[in-house]
Amino acid sequence: MFPARYAREMPHRYRLEAHKCKTCGKAFIPRRQKCDKCGATDFEIIKLSDRCRLVTYTIIHIPASQFKDQSPYALGICEFPEGVRLTAQVADIEFDEIKTGMELQVEFRRIQTDGPAGILAYGYKFVPVM
Amino acid sequence: MKDVAVIGVGMQRWGELWDKSLRDIFVESALLALADTKVDKLDNMFIGCMSSGLFVGQEHIGSVMADYLGQRHLAAGRVESACASGGLAFRCALVEVASGMSDVVLAGGVEKMTDTSGDGATYALASAADHEYEVYNGATFPGLYALMARAHMEKYGTTRDQLAHVAVKNHKNGAKNPNAQYPFEITLEQVKSSVMIAEPLRILDCSPITDGAAAVILCPLEMAKKFTSKPLVKVTGSGQATDTIALHTREDLTTIASTTEAAKKAFAMAGKKPEDIDLAEVHDCFTIAEIIVSESLGFFAAGQGGPAVEAGETAIGGRIPINPSGGLKSKGHPVGATGIAQIYEIVKQLRGEAEKRQVENARVCLAQNMGGSGGSTLVHILEVV
Repeated sequence: MFPARYAREMPHRYRLEAHKCKTCGKAFIPRRQKCDKCGATDFEIIKLSDRCRLVTYTIIHIPASQFKDQSPYALGICEFPEGVRLTAQVADIEFDEIKTGMELQVEFRRIQTDGPAGILAYGYKFVPVM
Repeated sequence: MKDVAVIGVGMQRWGELWDKSLRDIFVESALLALADTKVDKLDNMFIGCMSSGLFVGQEHIGSVMADYLGQRHLAAGRVESACASGGLAFRCALVEVASGMSDVVLAGGVEKMTDTSGDGATYALASAADHEYEVYNGATFPGLYALMARAHMEKYGTTRDQLAHVAVKNHKNGAKNPNAQYPFEITLEQVKSSVMIAEPLRILDCSPITDGAAAVILCPLEMAKKFTSKPLVKVTGSGQATDTIALHTREDLTTIASTTEAAKKAFAMAGKKPEDIDLAEVHDCFTIAEIIVSESLGFFAAGQGGPAVEAGETAIGGRIPINPSGGLKSKGHPVGATGIAQIYEIVKQLRGEAEKRQVENARVCLAQNMGGSGGSTLVHILEVV
């Protein structure tokens, strides 16, 4: 992964910075240049809550090569109070304890290793509420 | 707009074609399509191909294929909409002919997927999802459809057995298709005990990695009799729509809205309703996809796609036969070629040339081809005239 490509996503991945439309209030992550609800182009930066609700999930047994050291792992879609949804791993939980509708929290974690000379890639995972 | 006919179709058996290259398999099918007509010279050619660059390192295949087809200087280019690239190539050819810009146009599709490792193929296919916000976090294509499957099962009570019935039915059809990659029947128990990929989807819920191509030739309906003496097949409806690239951005994970929107346009253009369709070729990249698509196209109410396949309503001889060709599951899924192979099957059915898998009295047929997790869909309606 080229460092510039990685670095430009840091605000969303590291700090959960989202864009909120100044006209209608709809939130987006990652950033957008045009609101798909009202068509406006002015946004303010907000930080997403660290709590979210699990909408659906799966257990991945056959992953992409960069995730082989982690499989099997749970992957889910969570909805945030701001209205946006994200896809990420559900970690630190037994698979049979995962239930749709459960509240989870977002934590900053290592996501993948990018090979011998590559960068370590960080981002967010969903974990049980402490 | 001119009325447009499909006058020729060509396809060779799909599979792991280790002794044939990307250009070999495309040109074979294109020559078969030409031989199915009295056409010797094309005016234009659209090639659906998702990722010849990532699979075999070759881009610019408009030039490659025109060159090896022996038609130097032919107007030709590649179009891409992930797994719906073939459907998009067909629509481009349709518009080209309908507008009067060209008369005789070839729409083809090709993908050479086994010249790379399993990891390489997974990487290439994953580029049809949101690379930064799905794939980066560990999503795979079976994983995305598994997320839809769980949502559908929890909302409507769709069962593990109903998913398996899609694979069993499509293999039963594919066993009668000489072009299928896996032309054999499988049992419910085999599906349910096969290797787990992304819960609840197992390997026999998934379409395979395939090398393959298909080609069809279009011309104005008024010229069609000059080029073929076979029953004339007219394209009466075409619809195209997109949806968000990331699955998680969609409000409802139990439907495929791009399919619903594309179908609305195609039905309106053809002046038809879902109940007018005699058979459909749909994009069963995973078993859950066929169930959801059969609902999103309006063949069944939301939540009724599972019970319908279990009751045999989508089998050959059922109320609305779906994937008589064997679908992606049994026939194979060389991604860029799939949308054209659907048209191939429909033309064969409309001409009464589908042999052991022939659906009786097929006069109005629908093809639905989608990209990614439903980020794009092409729907076409064809009728025998």
